[in-house]
Amino acid sequence: MKLFNKKKSDGTEMIGRSMGQETWRRLKKNKGAMMGIAFLILLFIGTALASIFYDYDKDIIGMTRDRFMAPSWQHLFGTDNMGRDIFARVIYGAKYSLFISFGSTLIGLIVGLFLGAAAGYYGGLVDNIIMRLTDIFYSIPYIMIAVVVVSILGTSMSSLLFAMALGTFCNFARIGRASVMTVRDMEFVEAGRAIGLPTWKIILKHILPNCLSAIIVQTTLKVGSNIISASSLSFLGVGITPPTPEWGAMLSDGRSYIRSSGWMCLFPGLAIMLTVLALNLLGDGLRDAMDPKLKR
Amino acid sequence: MFRYILKRIIILIPTLLATSLLIFWAMDLAGGDPVDQILPENATFEQKAALREEMGLNDPFFIRYFRYIGGILKGDMGESYITHRDVFQTFMGRLHMTLLLGGSALIFACIISIPLGIYTALHQNTWKDTAAMIVALFGVSMPNFWLGLMLILLFSLKLGWLPSGGTGGFKYLILPAVTVGLGLAALLTRTTRSAMLDVLRQDYMTTAKAKGASRNRVIYNHGLRNAIIPIITAIGMQFSYVMTGSALAETVFGWPGIGRLVVDSINKRDTPMVTGSIILCCVLMAVINLAVDIIYAFCDPRIKAQYSGKG
Repeated sequence: MKLFNKKKSDGTEMIGRSMGQETWRRLKKNKGAMMGIAFLILLFIGTALASIFYDYDKDIIGMTRDRFMAPSWQHLFGTDNMGRDIFARVIYGAKYSLFISFGSTLIGLIVGLFLGAAAGYYGGLVDNIIMRLTDIFYSIPYIMIAVVVVSILGTSMSSLLFAMALGTFCNFARIGRASVMTVRDMEFVEAGRAIGLPTWKIILKHILPNCLSAIIVQTTLKVGSNIISASSLSFLGVGITPPTPEWGAMLSDGRSYIRSSGWMCLFPGLAIMLTVLALNLLGDGLRDAMDPKLKR
Repeated sequence: MFRYILKRIIILIPTLLATSLLIFWAMDLAGGDPVDQILPENATFEQKAALREEMGLNDPFFIRYFRYIGGILKGDMGESYITHRDVFQTFMGRLHMTLLLGGSALIFACIISIPLGIYTALHQNTWKDTAAMIVALFGVSMPNFWLGLMLILLFSLKLGWLPSGGTGGFKYLILPAVTVGLGLAALLTRTTRSAMLDVLRQDYMTTAKAKGASRNRVIYNHGLRNAIIPIITAIGMQFSYVMTGSALAETVFGWPGIGRLVVDSINKRDTPMVTGSIILCCVLMAVINLAVDIIYAFCDPRIKAQYSGKG
């Protein structure tokens, strides 16, 4: 699957495009998805540049005398209770939100797909145990799981990642199970078994690629919702704690000064919303582009 | 139908046992000596040891767990380490506040989203549809605690129309309910729209039109009745979201509900309160899910027939 392959050989052009090329061709026509991609690329570049240009100790967590300054040309987003430039903190903080949400989604994806595929493939007792386990995690509001986990492991980046992965894996377990079950009894799987392929290879190479589109769409949307979850936890004081410039932690800081300095609450929240919006636009676009029902 | 409900309740028992074991184990791992929280700081080592023995904290894990479960079966969920109040009563004393908040949020969301979803589906690909969908997309992308802060900023601090927190009359409910409900409304609008679009493509819609049924009859009796199942499913799946949203909105608005109770108790390491509250939350979610399933049966005669057929 070559997503950016512009140079199509004559052969492939005759047979048709690969799934990736076809998806990209349709995705390009979707304005929303393109705006989402553009925003995300800008954000990645911005946060990379911020890490180079700003000095963490001085600009991000240091103190200056310019406290509570309203947004102006000098301080685009204003300054906070410690006199730190909020624009710098929002851009710099993007990497925390992005890292946590991508990381926890990835862990949840791998663990969830593995468990789901095993449940769907073996059925019976294995299926029952795994799916009841995911039921438990489904029935407890994720925020309570996360708060318990963080209180056991202490507030740190890794415990937050773990806590959020726990809330993520059940989605992927269900997707994995459902897709394995739909193709488990098809001939090509039986053929794989007949030529003596090991089970893991059948699942990994012959079954999971069939649900790739569902996985990609779900992953994109889940990264978005995990950004919200991570900031919610930081807001409650169980995620990333100040002075780290994580968006939720900044909102939690700003809440005490909402009466006098509303901008402290406005901008970190806008950053969360726009990032999640970009991911949702991309996810929706991908779903439309990959949905075979809409194929023309 | 009755047998089905009974079966669901029986299936619930092992799930609850497993959940309680997980939570009990997790809180055990969380450490922190409860004796330190109960006794004053200047308590002697002997006093602490005596209390530990009296509370049975020195017993092996499973003995403590089974004692706890035995207590629950006798209707005793223990008492808080901090306030020394009964866990069950504390939870129940706050439950109505969360139900009030969650319920109003849900009603608010349904009033907005279902008509809007139907409207946008009927006007698919017009500018009205696009505009509504863009707004809905903003709605689902917004962290609701931030929305809460922005609502406070606008309606309480700038305009001074509504209180920024606390409890009291209806005025105090509006902002928290909108905070929890708006994201939900956005999500349900999207669900209603796509469910309606699916139904509108069906052949029986053409048949209904062809036989001369009025436009409203086609949309509501033939269309919405078939689209309602995915909508109810979406609502049922969002209860966990409502609970989470309430916990955050409760923090923002100082609303004394159970979400706040759990988060506070965890921060204070109030083990009996945490374990009890989370188990009760699970029971609550299970009851809600069961209720959703029963509502299915009332909305869709096909599902009702299934239940009464196999039991």
